[in-house]
Amino acid sequence: MIEQPWRRLDPRIIATTAAMLFAPLPPTLIILLISGAGLWPLLTTAGLWLIGGVLLSVGAWADWYYTWYRITDERFELRKGVISRNNRWIPRDRIRSVDLTADLAHRLFGLTTAKIGTGQSGSDSELKLDGIRRHGGDQLREELLHSESTVAGSDSAAPPKRDAEPIATLNLTWLGYSMLTLSSVAIVWGAIGSAFGSLGQALMSSGFLPSIGERFEIVPIWLLVLGGVVTAIVVGLVGALLIALEMWWGFTLTRENDTTLRVRRGLLTTRSVSLEERRLRGIEIAEPILLRMVGGARTHAVATGLGEHKQAAPAESKVLLPPAPRARAGQIAAAALREQSEPGSSVNLRKHPGAALRRRLIRALAVAIVIVTVPAVLPVVIMTVTFDVTMPDWLPTWAPWPVVVVALVIAIVVAYDAYRNLGHALVPSYLIARKGTGIRRTVALRRSGIIGWRFRQTVFQRPANLVSLAATTAAGSGVYEIPDMDVEASVAFADEAIPGLLTPFLEEEETTNSM
Amino acid sequence: MHEQRQIRLRPPRNRLEPRAIAWWAVQGLCTVVPVIVALVAAATLFAPIRLWALWALIIVGALGTVYVAVVPLWRYRVHRWETTEDAVYTAAGWFLQEWRIAPMSRIQTVDTVRGPLQQLFGLSSVTVTTASAAGPLTIDGLDRQVALDLVDHLTTRTQATRGDAT
Repeated sequence: MIEQPWRRLDPRIIATTAAMLFAPLPPTLIILLISGAGLWPLLTTAGLWLIGGVLLSVGAWADWYYTWYRITDERFELRKGVISRNNRWIPRDRIRSVDLTADLAHRLFGLTTAKIGTGQSGSDSELKLDGIRRHGGDQLREELLHSESTVAGSDSAAPPKRDAEPIATLNLTWLGYSMLTLSSVAIVWGAIGSAFGSLGQALMSSGFLPSIGERFEIVPIWLLVLGGVVTAIVVGLVGALLIALEMWWGFTLTRENDTTLRVRRGLLTTRSVSLEERRLRGIEIAEPILLRMVGGARTHAVATGLGEHKQAAPAESKVLLPPAPRARAGQIAAAALREQSEPGSSVNLRKHPGAALRRRLIRALAVAIVIVTVPAVLPVVIMTVTFDVTMPDWLPTWAPWPVVVVALVIAIVVAYDAYRNLGHALVPSYLIARKGTGIRRTVALRRSGIIGWRFRQTVFQRPANLVSLAATTAAGSGVYEIPDMDVEASVAFADEAIPGLLTPFLEEEETTNSM
Repeated sequence: MHEQRQIRLRPPRNRLEPRAIAWWAVQGLCTVVPVIVALVAAATLFAPIRLWALWALIIVGALGTVYVAVVPLWRYRVHRWETTEDAVYTAAGWFLQEWRIAPMSRIQTVDTVRGPLQQLFGLSSVTVTTASAAGPLTIDGLDRQVALDLVDHLTTRTQATRGDAT
């Protein structure tokens, strides 16, 4: 066996770190200058920044100097640490993922960051190489993930076959769906808000804001409000579109070497995430209400070791597809699962008993009454009846009632929608469960991936003969619940989904009643 | 067409030790008593809030009595466990009741836990974890020896079936 040489990270990582440290300095100084800070604050800021930046850059150099890695026949080894030395290794046959991320600074210097994971959640199972050449990253990935045959094989120089079968690529029209992503819109608004917060003083003292203010003084208030709302919405949507462009530009989903799904995407920060197919236990299609109204959906992998419930891996590692048309999402999900069509798409999901609707109605109405009706009606009643105060002209006594009616109607619609979205089914090899109204989630879980059952019943469910059945699994969120099933139906369903497991614990109806 | 078999899940065969009732009651006391003491202290020391403290005392007292006197009996009726060659089956809870079934082949670890109170009553809990984030199956309030035998049985059985349990 040949002793493998130790390798170093690319020294350009030091320049990358330095660039990231010093990049915000000029804009900060300019802002200070505009907001009229004196010479001394300016110089001290620059001086302290320079000293700190140089120290941290030296730290980056030391990190680089002391970091070594190598790939031997059996394992991937990493040595690093300036003050406390750190030697870690992962056996090669336990390496499940090599994910590459390159942000703008890394890309300027032609570098990328590789995370080598074992598929277990928890940060201990992941080794990070920050600063290898971009091509080196792809090579490393290839070497660690797909070269098992060349390691053991006798034919020495056979290169690993690069067999990437495309499953999906970005359709630019899909980005329209991303505009309806509330979290993105909120991020844009938040960013603008905080920018105004920190730049406000500069804009004020430079006379920019006051001059704008004067110009709008003659405009009527309602027009100003309307204009503000429209501007906020348009800016939010455009911002969400820009975020989507950054996130999804160049998106491809491929199957490599017949074993691994790989997602590549990103405009400024490029990302490559791989997922071994043997870790895949199913697909979840999520339809947030806005997307659902325009027929769009998100597609997530349900896989083991993605660390969804722990802090380890970012939640986006399970994302298979940008928001896309529902039908297309289903087709791509099917392709990822190696099925002819989306599991469950050919059957009608079984409905839940009417008692499930009643529970949702009661819950929604209770919420509506507590958070809307009471605060809307009570003050008026107290003012007019108890204190005998006449309501002001612009707020008549009957004013709360339309609000109450609207709230109750919304509650009923939401409850009905939540009920209508409930559904479950068994198809060959998959369990299908759908629920949710704000975000409707349809999960197709491989039955072979189910590692247990959980039946839950509250005191309120018992008289209605309802029970919530959950399949437990090592993948995704760990539990996939089908709420408010008929008790007998739930047992029959679980028994049919995994034949044999429940058999010793079943009995005929008449003998006793347990649940 | 779906076949309509009228089948039910029967409860697991084994009940817990009756001592568990006392254990739960003492546990309940440990949560309820400090609150009552605090409220009594507040009522005696701070005159302005005396009325409120007394109302709170009545409510906490009533709920606490139920929690200490009734809930342990309720739990005892519900909590059960059973193992076969192929699966573990547990029932637990009172207001929210939960039945869990896990196949032996998917069990990852089996532990016993004995808290200070449990030791006082000679009781032991058995915790069976699977790879799911749904949390472990726990069987509280077993006799110590029964718990040890159960762990033995589970360990032998799970070692017999290999795989990474995912």
